[in-house]
Amino acid sequence: MNNMKSMSDDTPSSPERRRFISVATVTAAGVTLAPGVMLIDVAHGRPEEQAASNAVRWGMLVDATKCASGCDECVSACSTENGWTPVAESAHPKQAPQWIRKLELQDPLTQAETNLPMMCQHCEEPPCVDVCPTGASFKRADGIVLVNRHTCIGCRYCMMACPYKARSLVHEPLNDTQKPDVPRGIGCVEACTFCVQKVDRGDGTTACVEACTASGHNALVFGDMNDPESEISKRLRELPTKQVRADLNLNLGVRYHGI
Amino acid sequence: MAGKIKRLLALGAVVLTTAALAWAGSDDQPKASGAPKPVITKAVKGEQCVEPNDFMRRNHMKVLLHHRDETVLEGVRTKKYSLKECINCHASEKTGSVAASKDDFCVSCHSYAAVKIDCFDCHSTKPQGSMAMHPLNAETAHYAHKLAAQANSKVSAEEMAGIAQ
Ligand code: SF4
Ligand code: SF4
Repeated sequence: MNNMKSMSDDTPSSPERRRFISVATVTAAGVTLAPGVMLIDVAHGRPEEQAASNAVRWGMLVDATKCASGCDECVSACSTENGWTPVAESAHPKQAPQWIRKLELQDPLTQAETNLPMMCQHCEEPPCVDVCPTGASFKRADGIVLVNRHTCIGCRYCMMACPYKARSLVHEPLNDTQKPDVPRGIGCVEACTFCVQKVDRGDGTTACVEACTASGHNALVFGDMNDPESEISKRLRELPTKQVRADLNLNLGVRYHGI
Repeated sequence: MAGKIKRLLALGAVVLTTAALAWAGSDDQPKASGAPKPVITKAVKGEQCVEPNDFMRRNHMKVLLHHRDETVLEGVRTKKYSLKECINCHASEKTGSVAASKDDFCVSCHSYAAVKIDCFDCHSTKPQGSMAMHPLNAETAHYAHKLAAQANSKVSAEEMAGIAQ
Protein backbone atom coordinates (compact mmCIF):
# COMPACT_ATOMS: atom_id res chain seq x y z
CA MET A 1 0.00 0.00 0.00
CA ASN A 2 2.92 2.24 0.64
CA ASN A 3 3.96 1.63 -2.93
CA MET A 4 0.56 2.55 -4.20
CA LYS A 5 0.59 5.77 -2.27
CA SER A 6 4.04 6.84 -3.35
CA MET A 7 3.14 6.07 -6.95
CA SER A 8 0.14 8.32 -6.98
CA ASP A 9 1.73 11.03 -4.88
CA ASP A 10 5.21 11.41 -6.28
CA THR A 11 5.16 10.11 -9.81
CA PRO A 12 4.51 12.85 -12.34
CA SER A 13 1.92 11.40 -14.68
CA SER A 14 3.59 10.89 -18.01
CA PRO A 15 1.52 10.52 -21.18
CA GLU A 16 2.23 6.78 -21.23
CA ARG A 17 1.08 6.48 -17.68
CA ARG A 18 -2.08 8.40 -18.42
CA ARG A 19 -2.76 6.20 -21.41
CA PHE A 20 -2.19 3.12 -19.28
CA ILE A 21 -4.60 4.38 -16.67
CA SER A 22 -7.30 5.13 -19.21
CA VAL A 23 -6.94 1.65 -20.71
CA ALA A 24 -7.10 0.20 -17.24
CA THR A 25 -10.28 2.13 -16.55
CA VAL A 26 -11.94 1.04 -19.78
CA THR A 27 -11.27 -2.63 -19.14
CA ALA A 28 -11.92 -2.43 -15.45
CA ALA A 29 -12.83 -6.09 -14.97
CA GLY A 30 -9.83 -7.58 -16.68
CA VAL A 31 -7.17 -7.13 -19.33
CA THR A 32 -7.32 -9.26 -22.44
CA LEU A 33 -3.83 -10.59 -23.16
CA ALA A 34 -4.72 -12.79 -26.10
CA PRO A 35 -7.97 -14.23 -27.40
CA GLY A 36 -9.38 -16.27 -24.58
CA VAL A 37 -6.70 -15.25 -22.08
CA MET A 38 -7.72 -12.74 -19.46
CA LEU A 39 -5.60 -11.24 -16.76
CA ILE A 40 -8.06 -10.60 -14.01
CA ASP A 41 -7.08 -8.26 -11.24
CA VAL A 42 -8.24 -9.97 -8.08
CA ALA A 43 -7.66 -8.73 -4.58
CA HIS A 44 -3.97 -9.28 -3.93
CA GLY A 45 -3.71 -11.96 -6.54
CA ARG A 46 0.00 -12.37 -7.03
CA PRO A 47 1.77 -14.22 -9.83
CA GLU A 48 2.10 -17.87 -8.88
CA GLU A 49 5.91 -17.77 -9.02
CA GLN A 50 6.02 -14.87 -6.57
CA ALA A 51 6.52 -15.69 -2.89
CA ALA A 52 4.11 -14.44 -0.24
CA SER A 53 5.24 -11.00 0.88
CA ASN A 54 5.26 -9.20 4.20
CA ALA A 55 3.74 -6.14 2.53
CA VAL A 56 0.48 -7.99 3.17
CA ARG A 57 -0.88 -9.09 6.50
CA TRP A 58 -3.96 -11.24 6.25
CA GLY A 59 -6.48 -10.83 8.99
CA MET A 60 -10.08 -11.39 9.93
CA LEU A 61 -12.73 -9.37 11.68
CA VAL A 62 -15.45 -11.22 13.57
CA ASP A 63 -18.50 -9.15 14.36
CA ALA A 64 -19.96 -11.10 17.28
CA THR A 65 -23.06 -8.90 17.30
CA LYS A 66 -23.99 -10.34 13.88
CA CYS A 67 -22.92 -13.93 14.55
CA ALA A 68 -26.20 -15.82 14.93
CA SER A 69 -27.13 -18.29 17.62
CA GLY A 70 -27.49 -21.83 16.24
CA CYS A 71 -25.67 -21.04 13.00
CA ASP A 72 -22.51 -22.95 12.15
CA GLU A 73 -22.23 -22.22 8.44
CA CYS A 74 -18.59 -21.16 8.82
CA VAL A 75 -17.68 -24.44 10.49
CA SER A 76 -19.25 -26.65 7.86
CA ALA A 77 -17.83 -24.53 5.04
CA CYS A 78 -14.36 -24.97 6.53
CA SER A 79 -14.81 -28.70 6.85
CA THR A 80 -15.96 -28.94 3.23
CA GLU A 81 -13.20 -26.72 1.85
CA ASN A 82 -10.40 -28.32 3.84
CA GLY A 83 -11.64 -31.90 4.01
CA TRP A 84 -11.80 -32.51 7.74
CA THR A 85 -14.62 -34.64 9.12
CA PRO A 86 -17.23 -32.68 11.09
CA VAL A 87 -17.02 -33.55 14.78
CA ALA A 88 -20.58 -34.88 14.85
CA GLU A 89 -19.71 -37.42 12.14
CA SER A 90 -16.43 -38.47 13.69
CA ALA A 91 -15.96 -41.92 15.23
CA HIS A 92 -13.90 -40.30 17.99
CA PRO A 93 -15.43 -36.86 18.58
CA LYS A 94 -13.17 -36.08 21.54
CA GLN A 95 -10.04 -36.22 19.44
CA ALA A 96 -11.51 -35.13 16.11
CA PRO A 97 -9.67 -32.27 14.40
CA GLN A 98 -11.40 -28.90 14.59
CA TRP A 99 -10.03 -26.05 12.53
CA ILE A 100 -12.80 -23.68 13.61
CA ARG A 101 -15.33 -23.97 16.42
CA LYS A 102 -18.56 -22.19 17.05
CA LEU A 103 -18.83 -20.93 20.62
CA GLU A 104 -22.03 -19.85 22.32
CA LEU A 105 -21.17 -18.17 25.59
CA GLN A 106 -23.34 -16.93 28.39
CA ASP A 107 -22.35 -14.54 31.11
CA PRO A 108 -23.44 -16.32 34.34
CA LEU A 109 -24.17 -13.00 36.01
CA THR A 110 -26.06 -11.09 33.36
CA GLN A 111 -27.23 -14.03 31.24
CA ALA A 112 -26.02 -12.11 28.17
CA GLU A 113 -25.22 -14.43 25.27
CA THR A 114 -22.34 -14.10 22.87
CA ASN A 115 -21.84 -16.06 19.65
CA LEU A 116 -18.51 -16.31 17.91
CA PRO A 117 -16.31 -18.61 15.87
CA MET A 118 -12.91 -19.41 17.40
CA MET A 119 -9.95 -20.57 15.38
CA CYS A 120 -6.22 -19.96 14.96
CA GLN A 121 -5.72 -16.25 15.58
CA HIS A 122 -2.66 -16.09 13.32
CA CYS A 123 -0.61 -14.37 16.00
CA GLU A 124 2.16 -12.06 14.95
CA GLU A 125 4.18 -13.50 17.84
CA PRO A 126 2.92 -17.08 17.77
CA PRO A 127 3.71 -19.20 20.85
CA CYS A 128 3.18 -22.32 18.72
CA VAL A 129 6.18 -21.29 16.61
CA ASP A 130 8.32 -20.49 19.66
CA VAL A 131 7.96 -23.96 21.13
CA CYS A 132 8.19 -26.11 18.02
CA PRO A 133 11.36 -28.23 18.27
CA THR A 134 11.61 -28.89 14.53
CA GLY A 135 10.65 -25.56 12.99
CA ALA A 136 7.58 -27.18 11.46
CA SER A 137 5.31 -24.60 13.02
CA PHE A 138 6.04 -21.37 11.19
CA LYS A 139 4.67 -18.00 10.20
CA ARG A 140 4.56 -17.16 6.52
CA ALA A 141 5.68 -13.73 5.33
CA ASP A 142 2.07 -12.61 4.93
CA GLY A 143 1.23 -13.44 8.54
CA ILE A 144 -0.44 -16.82 8.01
CA VAL A 145 0.67 -19.34 10.66
CA LEU A 146 1.00 -22.86 9.29
CA VAL A 147 2.35 -26.31 10.09
CA ASN A 148 4.84 -27.76 7.64
CA ARG A 149 3.66 -31.35 7.72
CA HIS A 150 6.87 -32.50 6.08
CA THR A 151 8.80 -31.72 9.25
CA CYS A 152 6.13 -31.96 11.98
CA ILE A 153 6.88 -34.90 14.29
CA GLY A 154 3.53 -34.80 16.06
CA CYS A 155 4.98 -33.91 19.47
CA ARG A 156 2.03 -31.56 20.13
CA TYR A 157 4.06 -28.95 22.01
CA CYS A 158 2.32 -26.33 19.89
CA MET A 159 -1.10 -27.61 20.95
CA MET A 160 -0.06 -27.07 24.56
CA ALA A 161 1.41 -23.63 23.85
CA CYS A 162 -1.51 -22.21 21.89
CA PRO A 163 -3.68 -20.08 24.19
CA TYR A 164 -6.68 -20.52 21.90
CA LYS A 165 -6.81 -24.34 21.65
CA ALA A 166 -6.65 -23.78 17.92
CA ARG A 167 -4.67 -26.85 16.95
CA SER A 168 -5.56 -30.52 16.56
CA LEU A 169 -3.59 -33.67 15.91
CA VAL A 170 -4.72 -36.11 13.25
CA HIS A 171 -4.88 -39.42 15.11
CA GLU A 172 -6.05 -41.74 12.39
CA PRO A 173 -5.10 -42.55 8.80
CA LEU A 174 -7.21 -40.50 6.43
CA ASN A 175 -7.16 -43.08 3.65
CA ASP A 176 -7.02 -40.77 0.67
CA THR A 177 -10.00 -38.68 1.67
CA GLN A 178 -7.95 -35.46 1.55
CA LYS A 179 -8.62 -32.63 -0.87
CA PRO A 180 -5.93 -32.32 -3.57
CA ASP A 181 -5.36 -28.71 -2.49
CA VAL A 182 -5.22 -29.47 1.21
CA PRO A 183 -2.77 -32.19 2.14
CA ARG A 184 -3.19 -33.34 5.75
CA GLY A 185 -2.49 -36.57 7.52
CA ILE A 186 -1.91 -38.86 10.45
CA GLY A 187 0.64 -37.84 13.05
CA CYS A 188 0.67 -34.16 12.16
CA VAL A 189 -0.79 -31.18 13.90
CA GLU A 190 -3.05 -28.84 11.95
CA ALA A 191 -5.15 -25.73 12.34
CA CYS A 192 -6.91 -22.99 10.41
CA THR A 193 -4.74 -21.91 7.46
CA PHE A 194 -6.80 -18.84 6.50
CA CYS A 195 -7.61 -21.03 3.46
CA VAL A 196 -4.05 -20.54 2.23
CA GLN A 197 -4.85 -22.44 -0.97
CA LYS A 198 -7.56 -19.88 -1.77
CA VAL A 199 -5.39 -16.93 -0.77
CA ASP A 200 -2.60 -18.14 -3.06
CA ARG A 201 -5.11 -18.60 -5.86
CA GLY A 202 -6.04 -14.94 -5.46
CA ASP A 203 -9.57 -15.48 -4.11
CA GLY A 204 -8.85 -12.90 -1.43
CA THR A 205 -11.29 -14.56 0.94
CA THR A 206 -11.82 -17.73 2.95
CA ALA A 207 -14.45 -20.46 2.91
CA CYS A 208 -15.91 -19.39 6.28
CA VAL A 209 -16.25 -15.77 5.21
CA GLU A 210 -17.94 -16.77 1.95
CA ALA A 211 -20.37 -19.00 3.85
CA CYS A 212 -21.17 -16.40 6.48
CA THR A 213 -21.84 -13.80 3.80
CA ALA A 214 -23.94 -16.25 1.77
CA SER A 215 -26.05 -17.02 4.85
CA GLY A 216 -26.81 -13.31 5.14
CA HIS A 217 -25.20 -12.85 8.55
CA ASN A 218 -22.14 -10.93 7.31
CA ALA A 219 -20.36 -11.44 10.60
CA LEU A 220 -16.94 -12.12 9.05
CA VAL A 221 -14.59 -9.96 6.99
CA PHE A 222 -11.27 -11.16 5.63
CA GLY A 223 -8.57 -9.05 4.07
CA ASP A 224 -5.22 -7.33 4.14
CA MET A 225 -4.81 -5.40 7.38
CA ASN A 226 -1.78 -3.60 5.93
CA ASP A 227 -3.82 -2.04 3.14
CA PRO A 228 -5.66 1.02 4.53
CA GLU A 229 -8.13 0.82 1.64
CA SER A 230 -9.18 -2.79 2.23
CA GLU A 231 -12.63 -3.44 3.62
CA ILE A 232 -11.23 -5.00 6.77
CA SER A 233 -9.00 -1.99 7.48
CA LYS A 234 -11.92 0.38 7.03
CA ARG A 235 -14.15 -1.65 9.33
CA LEU A 236 -11.38 -1.98 11.92
CA ARG A 237 -11.01 1.81 11.92
CA GLU A 238 -14.73 2.28 12.54
CA LEU A 239 -15.57 -0.53 14.96
CA PRO A 240 -14.16 -0.98 18.43
CA THR A 241 -12.56 -4.41 18.42
CA LYS A 242 -10.80 -6.64 20.91
CA GLN A 243 -8.13 -9.27 20.75
CA VAL A 244 -8.90 -12.35 22.80
CA ARG A 245 -6.41 -12.53 25.69
CA ALA A 246 -4.95 -9.19 24.61
CA ASP A 247 -2.86 -9.37 27.80
CA LEU A 248 -0.61 -11.90 26.08
CA ASN A 249 0.55 -9.26 23.60
CA LEU A 250 0.54 -11.61 20.63
CA ASN A 251 -0.85 -9.08 18.12
CA LEU A 252 -3.56 -11.29 16.71
CA GLY A 253 -4.66 -11.52 13.10
CA VAL A 254 -8.27 -12.12 14.20
CA ARG A 255 -10.12 -9.25 15.84
CA TYR A 256 -13.52 -9.47 17.55
CA HIS A 257 -16.21 -6.81 17.76
CA GLY A 258 -18.95 -7.11 20.36
CA ILE A 259 -17.27 -9.32 22.93
CA MET B 1 51.94 -75.12 -3.65
CA ALA B 2 52.60 -71.96 -5.70
CA GLY B 3 51.53 -73.82 -8.85
CA LYS B 4 48.29 -74.88 -7.27
CA ILE B 5 47.48 -71.28 -6.33
CA LYS B 6 48.26 -70.09 -9.87
CA ARG B 7 45.93 -72.69 -11.30
CA LEU B 8 43.19 -71.65 -8.92
CA LEU B 9 43.61 -67.99 -9.87
CA ALA B 10 43.45 -68.82 -13.56
CA LEU B 11 40.28 -70.80 -13.00
CA GLY B 12 38.84 -67.89 -11.03
CA ALA B 13 39.60 -65.50 -13.86
CA VAL B 14 37.85 -67.75 -16.38
CA VAL B 15 34.80 -68.04 -14.19
CA LEU B 16 34.62 -64.27 -13.70
CA THR B 17 34.97 -63.54 -17.41
CA THR B 18 32.23 -66.00 -18.25
CA ALA B 19 29.98 -64.46 -15.65
CA ALA B 20 30.65 -60.96 -16.98
CA LEU B 21 29.88 -62.05 -20.53
CA ALA B 22 26.70 -63.70 -19.41
CA TRP B 23 25.72 -60.50 -17.56
CA ALA B 24 26.42 -58.32 -20.57
CA GLY B 25 24.30 -60.53 -22.80
CA SER B 26 21.62 -61.02 -20.25
CA ASP B 27 19.04 -59.13 -22.25
CA ASP B 28 18.62 -61.95 -24.69
CA GLN B 29 18.49 -64.52 -21.99
CA PRO B 30 15.43 -65.54 -20.05
CA LYS B 31 15.19 -63.48 -16.86
CA ALA B 32 15.78 -65.09 -13.55
CA SER B 33 12.39 -65.31 -11.93
CA GLY B 34 12.21 -62.39 -9.50
CA ALA B 35 9.90 -59.58 -8.73
CA PRO B 36 7.49 -58.82 -11.56
CA LYS B 37 8.63 -55.78 -13.56
CA PRO B 38 6.80 -52.54 -12.86
CA VAL B 39 4.05 -51.56 -15.24
CA ILE B 40 4.64 -48.02 -16.48
CA THR B 41 1.48 -46.58 -17.90
CA LYS B 42 1.74 -43.63 -20.24
CA ALA B 43 0.38 -40.43 -18.75
CA VAL B 44 -3.23 -39.88 -19.73
CA LYS B 45 -2.64 -36.18 -20.29
CA GLY B 46 0.24 -34.44 -22.00
CA GLU B 47 2.85 -35.62 -24.49
CA GLN B 48 6.05 -35.13 -22.57
CA CYS B 49 6.96 -34.80 -18.91
CA VAL B 50 8.47 -31.52 -17.66
CA GLU B 51 11.92 -33.17 -17.96
CA PRO B 52 13.16 -36.12 -20.04
CA ASN B 53 11.99 -39.50 -18.71
CA ASP B 54 15.51 -40.61 -17.78
CA PHE B 55 16.06 -37.53 -15.69
CA MET B 56 12.71 -37.84 -13.96
CA ARG B 57 13.21 -41.53 -13.18
CA ARG B 58 16.38 -40.74 -11.27
CA ASN B 59 15.64 -37.26 -9.92
CA HIS B 60 11.90 -36.76 -9.46
CA MET B 61 12.32 -36.94 -5.69
CA LYS B 62 14.87 -34.11 -5.69
CA VAL B 63 12.79 -31.70 -7.75
CA LEU B 64 9.69 -32.55 -5.74
CA LEU B 65 11.53 -31.92 -2.49
CA HIS B 66 12.74 -28.53 -3.65
CA HIS B 67 9.35 -27.50 -4.96
CA ARG B 68 7.47 -28.62 -1.85
CA ASP B 69 9.55 -26.33 0.38
CA GLU B 70 8.96 -23.35 -1.88
CA THR B 71 5.24 -24.09 -1.90
CA VAL B 72 4.77 -24.68 1.80
CA LEU B 73 7.09 -22.01 3.15
CA GLU B 74 6.70 -19.26 0.56
CA GLY B 75 3.41 -19.98 -1.13
CA VAL B 76 4.97 -20.41 -4.57
CA ARG B 77 2.57 -22.62 -6.47
CA THR B 78 4.06 -22.95 -9.92
CA LYS B 79 2.97 -26.00 -11.87
CA LYS B 80 6.40 -27.34 -12.85
CA TYR B 81 7.59 -30.01 -10.37
CA SER B 82 4.35 -29.76 -8.41
CA LEU B 83 3.19 -33.13 -7.08
CA LYS B 84 -0.36 -32.11 -7.87
CA GLU B 85 0.55 -31.79 -11.54
CA CYS B 86 2.27 -35.21 -11.51
CA ILE B 87 -1.00 -36.62 -10.24
CA ASN B 88 -3.07 -34.67 -12.76
CA CYS B 89 -1.16 -36.32 -15.62
CA HIS B 90 -0.38 -39.73 -14.22
CA ALA B 91 -3.54 -40.78 -12.38
CA SER B 92 -4.63 -44.08 -13.88
CA GLU B 93 -7.72 -44.17 -16.02
CA LYS B 94 -9.00 -47.22 -14.22
CA THR B 95 -8.65 -46.11 -10.61
CA GLY B 96 -8.38 -42.35 -11.15
CA SER B 97 -5.40 -42.43 -8.81
CA VAL B 98 -1.61 -42.72 -8.85
CA ALA B 99 -1.52 -45.07 -5.87
CA ALA B 100 -4.79 -46.95 -5.43
CA SER B 101 -3.91 -50.26 -7.09
CA LYS B 102 -0.58 -52.01 -7.50
CA ASP B 103 -0.24 -51.03 -11.17
CA ASP B 104 -0.86 -47.34 -10.57
CA PHE B 105 1.95 -45.02 -11.62
CA CYS B 106 3.70 -44.24 -8.33
CA VAL B 107 3.11 -47.54 -6.57
CA SER B 108 4.21 -49.71 -9.45
CA CYS B 109 7.86 -48.61 -9.45
CA HIS B 110 8.16 -47.94 -5.77
CA SER B 111 7.09 -51.42 -4.82
CA TYR B 112 9.50 -52.87 -7.40
CA ALA B 113 12.33 -50.76 -6.00
CA ALA B 114 11.19 -51.45 -2.42
CA VAL B 115 10.98 -47.74 -1.66
CA LYS B 116 8.26 -46.94 0.84
CA ILE B 117 6.92 -43.43 0.32
CA ASP B 118 4.62 -41.59 2.68
CA CYS B 119 3.56 -38.83 0.30
CA PHE B 120 0.08 -40.26 0.18
CA ASP B 121 -0.42 -40.38 3.93
CA CYS B 122 -1.19 -36.69 3.46
CA HIS B 123 -1.53 -35.96 -0.26
CA SER B 124 -4.56 -37.00 -2.24
CA THR B 125 -3.68 -39.57 -4.91
CA LYS B 126 -6.36 -38.25 -7.25
CA PRO B 127 -6.62 -35.15 -9.41
CA GLN B 128 -9.09 -32.48 -8.45
CA GLY B 129 -12.57 -33.43 -9.56
CA SER B 130 -13.07 -36.53 -11.64
CA MET B 131 -10.62 -37.22 -14.46
CA ALA B 132 -12.94 -36.31 -17.30
CA MET B 133 -14.52 -33.36 -15.58
CA HIS B 134 -11.29 -31.78 -14.48
CA PRO B 135 -10.68 -28.67 -16.60
CA LEU B 136 -7.03 -29.66 -17.05
CA ASN B 137 -8.07 -33.04 -18.36
CA ALA B 138 -11.06 -32.00 -20.38
CA GLU B 139 -9.02 -31.14 -23.43
CA THR B 140 -7.34 -34.53 -23.50
CA ALA B 141 -10.35 -36.64 -22.57
CA HIS B 142 -10.87 -37.52 -26.24
CA TYR B 143 -7.42 -39.14 -26.27
CA ALA B 144 -8.62 -41.82 -23.92
CA HIS B 145 -9.09 -44.54 -26.54
CA LYS B 146 -5.71 -43.80 -28.12
CA LEU B 147 -3.92 -43.98 -24.84
CA ALA B 148 -5.60 -47.15 -23.73
CA ALA B 149 -4.12 -48.82 -26.85
CA GLN B 150 -0.55 -47.81 -26.15
CA ALA B 151 -0.75 -48.03 -22.38
CA ASN B 152 0.97 -50.59 -20.17
CA SER B 153 4.39 -50.69 -21.77
CA LYS B 154 6.79 -52.81 -19.76
CA VAL B 155 10.03 -51.09 -18.81
CA SER B 156 13.17 -52.65 -20.18
CA ALA B 157 15.79 -54.16 -17.91
CA GLU B 158 18.36 -51.44 -18.73
CA GLU B 159 15.95 -48.73 -17.75
CA MET B 160 15.28 -50.39 -14.44
CA ALA B 161 18.99 -50.99 -13.86
CA GLY B 162 19.53 -47.31 -14.58
CA ILE B 163 17.05 -46.33 -11.91
CA ALA B 164 18.53 -48.73 -9.39
CA GLN B 165 22.01 -47.21 -9.75
S1 SF4 C 1 -3.67 -18.98 17.68
FE1 SF4 C 1 -2.47 -20.70 18.43
S2 SF4 C 1 -2.00 -21.91 16.59
FE2 SF4 C 1 -2.65 -19.87 15.88
S3 SF4 C 1 -0.75 -18.69 15.66
FE3 SF4 C 1 -1.53 -18.26 17.74
S4 SF4 C 1 -0.52 -19.79 19.04
FE4 SF4 C 1 -0.27 -20.49 16.94
S1 SF4 D 1 3.48 -31.09 16.82
FE1 SF4 D 1 4.60 -30.58 14.93
S2 SF4 D 1 4.26 -28.38 14.61
FE2 SF4 D 1 3.63 -28.83 16.74
S3 SF4 D 1 5.45 -28.40 17.98
FE3 SF4 D 1 5.56 -30.59 17.48
S4 SF4 D 1 6.77 -30.72 15.56
FE4 SF4 D 1 6.15 -28.55 15.83
